[in-house]
Amino acid sequence: MNKNKTMPAAAHTENSTDTALLDVKDLKTYFLTDAGIVKAVDGVSFTLHEGETLGLVGESGSGKSVTNLSIMRLIPSPPGKIVGGEIVFEGQDILKLPEKELRKIRGNKVSMIFQDPMTSLNPFLKISTQMVETIMLHNKDVSKKEALERSIEMLKLVGIPSAEKRIFSYPHQFSGGMRQRVMIAMALSCNAKVLIADEPTTALDVTIQAQILELIKDLSVKLKTAVIIITHDLGVVAGMCDKVCVMYAGRIVEKADTDDLYASPSHPYTEGLIMSVPRMDVAHKNDRLFSIEGQPPNVIDLPPCCPFHPRCHKDMEVCRHAYPPTVGVGSGHEVSCWLYVDEAQRNLALEKALADEQHAAADAVQTNARKEAAK
Amino acid sequence: MSDATAMKERQPLLVVKDLKQHFPIDAGLVFKKQVGAIRAVDGISFSVNAGETLGIVGESGCGKSTSIRSIAQLYKPTSGSIVFNGTELTTASEKDLLLARRDIQMIFQDPYASLDPRMTVRSIISEPLVIYNKRGLLDKPMSAIDIETRVEELMERVGLNKAFKNRYPHEFSGGQRQRIGIARALALSPKIILADEPVSALDVSIQAQILNLLTDLQKEMGLTYLFIAHDLAVIEYISTRVAVMYLGKIVELSKAEDLYMKPMHPYTRALLSAAPIPDPKVERTRQRIILSGDVPSPDKERTGCYFYDRCPNKMPWCSCHIPPMFKISEGHECACWLYDSTDHAGQSMEEAEADALASLRAKETAGSDIGAERK
Ligand SMILES: Nc1ncnc2c1ncn2[C@@H]1O[C@H](COP(=O)(O)OP(=O)(O)OP(=O)(O)O)[C@@H](O)[C@H]1O
Ligand SMILES: Nc1ncnc2c1ncn2[C@@H]1O[C@H](COP(=O)(O)OP(=O)(O)O)[C@@H](O)[C@H]1O
Ligand code: SF4
Ligand code: SF4
Ligand SMILES: [Mg+2]
Ligand SMILES: [Mg+2]
Repeated sequence: MNKNKTMPAAAHTENSTDTALLDVKDLKTYFLTDAGIVKAVDGVSFTLHEGETLGLVGESGSGKSVTNLSIMRLIPSPPGKIVGGEIVFEGQDILKLPEKELRKIRGNKVSMIFQDPMTSLNPFLKISTQMVETIMLHNKDVSKKEALERSIEMLKLVGIPSAEKRIFSYPHQFSGGMRQRVMIAMALSCNAKVLIADEPTTALDVTIQAQILELIKDLSVKLKTAVIIITHDLGVVAGMCDKVCVMYAGRIVEKADTDDLYASPSHPYTEGLIMSVPRMDVAHKNDRLFSIEGQPPNVIDLPPCCPFHPRCHKDMEVCRHAYPPTVGVGSGHEVSCWLYVDEAQRNLALEKALADEQHAAADAVQTNARKEAAK
Repeated sequence: MSDATAMKERQPLLVVKDLKQHFPIDAGLVFKKQVGAIRAVDGISFSVNAGETLGIVGESGCGKSTSIRSIAQLYKPTSGSIVFNGTELTTASEKDLLLARRDIQMIFQDPYASLDPRMTVRSIISEPLVIYNKRGLLDKPMSAIDIETRVEELMERVGLNKAFKNRYPHEFSGGQRQRIGIARALALSPKIILADEPVSALDVSIQAQILNLLTDLQKEMGLTYLFIAHDLAVIEYISTRVAVMYLGKIVELSKAEDLYMKPMHPYTRALLSAAPIPDPKVERTRQRIILSGDVPSPDKERTGCYFYDRCPNKMPWCSCHIPPMFKISEGHECACWLYDSTDHAGQSMEEAEADALASLRAKETAGSDIGAERK
């Protein structure tokens, strides 16, 4: 391992934040459940610039959706709570805004589209009514007629044929792909600066997915909309994103420019993920697929350790006792893994972790003894 | 492989001919009257050789699941023939059908919905054995202990801890539930497994585990698979041969390598070009064929090419002539007029329609002749 590369990440990534549109810093969102505290998101940081497309990838339950619901402050509370961090949008911390101010941003400057557009469209209202309402809600001085014209214009932009007529349809009269276009049109009708797309094409067919992704790509170029795409599909990321964050058990374990990530995945999880997807464009016959054994951990009461260690084929003693720090391994490429920390530091961390564990164990014994004595 | 098994491989295990599965559309509240039909599967023919995997790929609603459900006799096919291991299933006696069903097992997409939540893993896996044992349809009767041993053996083989046999499905993760489903399907030592999107609902890393398990089992037990998926890379990885379906028809059928190297049907080409590839360099240089529109609803009878509405290469001729399967090369067939020995590109709509009308008239006269003879 190159020793020069192992410098703390914070040292060289912060100089671009002044131009950042959205800056998520050390976000922590927990859920209080009967089984314990679910640390759904536990210290997530990333920045998004104008016109940039960022991918969030990870397995089911890794915290992608909760991250983005937090940005919109849509976490159901209780049981959920954003317990720490900052979400700076256009210079303001969204987490500190009063609800009234927040509404100006949510669904307006920051828009969200979901996996199943049926859940976010009202089945009993015509598309026209819903679009006009959205526009007028965010833009008080627009007349109904203007709002309708604008809606039709947006539907045309996203490729709904004969939009003038079809705008008066109900959601169920549209196909899944068309409903997703309507959602995108609604997001755009409010001039969204940031579009958050949570698995926008997972429910769609391949050829329809291609249409929708092409559309999002087009708009991000033409209107300079910044996009966050949440997906589990590494192919979608490869085709769409400038930057990628790989999430595992509520944290970002690797962050890099897309090309960089695919060319030199550094975290053993990312590496495994890329190797385990079958590829139709390379000859492979009769090879076994690389597979990451085991399952992702439960994020309830996760001990301080690398959460990937039970599945990692490179795990070391220290991985089982301490969470790895985030280190830079190249231009903007960051990884949270002990492999990229030099041995001396690793040993130090291990010693400290073991000492802490001993303290904790001793404390527990004492408390128990005290309880016994009290009886 | 011995000569005997090599010989047997040349005998198709399953031969499907012109299979149609239509679902009636009823109208009227009191007196139900059939007003039309959903042509879910509209005349498909293929064969599956022992020991191979035939992959069926296509977009949602194209008839993949219906095809295998009709092959498994879960539906009564509208017309056509299904010959499994020498038995015509559509006309078989109940006993013959039960015997055939012992050799034909299914695995489903949703590992959550397909397992009975009130049954223990042991009962789920042993159920087929118990039923067939009771009816005396096993090669040799099994004692309770035999069945118990078999369950444990199956659990171990699919990678489940046999100590968990008294647990319920909800105590397992998605990947483990899929293993339970596989163990159950293997219980009767079937010849063929019909797998309906068995990995689509799983996370990437778990998907690789299940694909590896399925390929290992095939090698070990000489299993034959009919494998459905909408993910082209998964189909390419697992299949010996591939059938591409569109609107209830097979549009292309070929050896897997040929199909991916030299796709012939305009739909296959679009489908392959739309599927994302997990490599940003490849993605950037790819030419996408973006199809317009959605897959039409399969509720009307068609007199031309089923792909006509969305085809980028359509010719007037295609609008009123259903393309037969043309042979492209050994084992590669494609239903598209571009591959007819006659060139149709120069024909005008008038010529095409006149021809279609003429052949329709000819058929009608031939039909009335037959009618006259019968009288
Ligand atoms: N309201 C809730 N109550 C309890 N636990 C929750 C709640 N919402 C989320 N979680 C837990 O938080 C973790 C992260 O969930 P999240 O929905 O963000 O995953 P995800 O990465 O979006 O997964 P997916 O790919 O399924 O969308 C999971 O373990 C989940 O079960
Ligand atoms: N508002 C909520 N209330 C309760 N549980 C929730 C809520 N939102 C999400 N969850 C839970 O979080 C988990 C992941 O949900 P979700 O992100 O919707 O999954 P997916 O995107 O894969 O469908 C699920 O177990 C779900 O039950
Ligand atoms: S920190 Fe250790 S266990 Fe975790 S990914 Fe790195 S090497 Fe593997
Ligand atoms: S037959 Fe005609 S319409 Fe059909 S796929 Fe071929 S070229 Fe296209
Ligand atoms: Mg989600
Ligand atoms: Mg299906």
